[in-house]
Amino acid sequence: MVSISHYLMLSAILFSLGVAGVLIRRNAIIVLMCVELMLNAVNLSFVALARKWGELDGHVVVFFVMAVAAAEAAVGLALVIALFRHKATINLEEANLLKG
Amino acid sequence: MVQELLFYIFATLTVISGVSVISARNSITSALSLIATLGAVAALFALLDAHFIATIQILVYAGAIMVLFVFVIMLLNLEPEAVQGLRLTPGKALAAGVAAAGTVLLLWKFVGVKGAFPAIGEDYGTMEAVAEALFIQYLIPFEAVSLLLTAAVVGAVVIGKREL
Repeated sequence: MVSISHYLMLSAILFSLGVAGVLIRRNAIIVLMCVELMLNAVNLSFVALARKWGELDGHVVVFFVMAVAAAEAAVGLALVIALFRHKATINLEEANLLKG
Repeated sequence: MVQELLFYIFATLTVISGVSVISARNSITSALSLIATLGAVAALFALLDAHFIATIQILVYAGAIMVLFVFVIMLLNLEPEAVQGLRLTPGKALAAGVAAAGTVLLLWKFVGVKGAFPAIGEDYGTMEAVAEALFIQYLIPFEAVSLLLTAAVVGAVVIGKREL
């Protein structure tokens, strides 16, 4: 029988994939997509735990997370476009203007 | 039994497409893999009786957000040499090691978690039930989120403008 533990483990794997992607990749768009991956992993554990307790508060939080993810994607992609316009690249290693 | 089978199918699909998101050389491949991941997670939401959340996962995430990503990838039209593949350097290997260690730690924490899913009422996870919680108990956070979205839209337009 599938229990809460299965969903939490899947969520952990998915979250770690997102972390690995953010740390390894240098393409700004892929890094943003990995952030979405992490948000989805957390959403999965929220929904699984909401199901476990038979409450709906977890669903409401997931709804808010999705709204924040949409806002983050919009602003993040606008930043990527601004970066591309200035540097003609979206490689994050070349975005080092503020580096001391 | 069917639930178990479906869980394993969609969990495998989620992990495979998740790996593909972070390992694809081309960002459009990555975006399409992410859409597959989001679809599989939506199926898992449906398995957890979160029907409304599963629906908006498809509509908002796979629909709106991913279209935005694909749009930007197409818009930038990166040259082949600007497409970054996976090149393993010591720093990246260390980062991958840290992520792997985090996974092992989390899995070790979660592996023994007890708790079968309890029986739930007919209306659990339906749009009606979620809306009731959203618009009565969580009305103020909901309004705050709408303010946030407005601010984000204005901010995105300002940042994306050609001349500031």
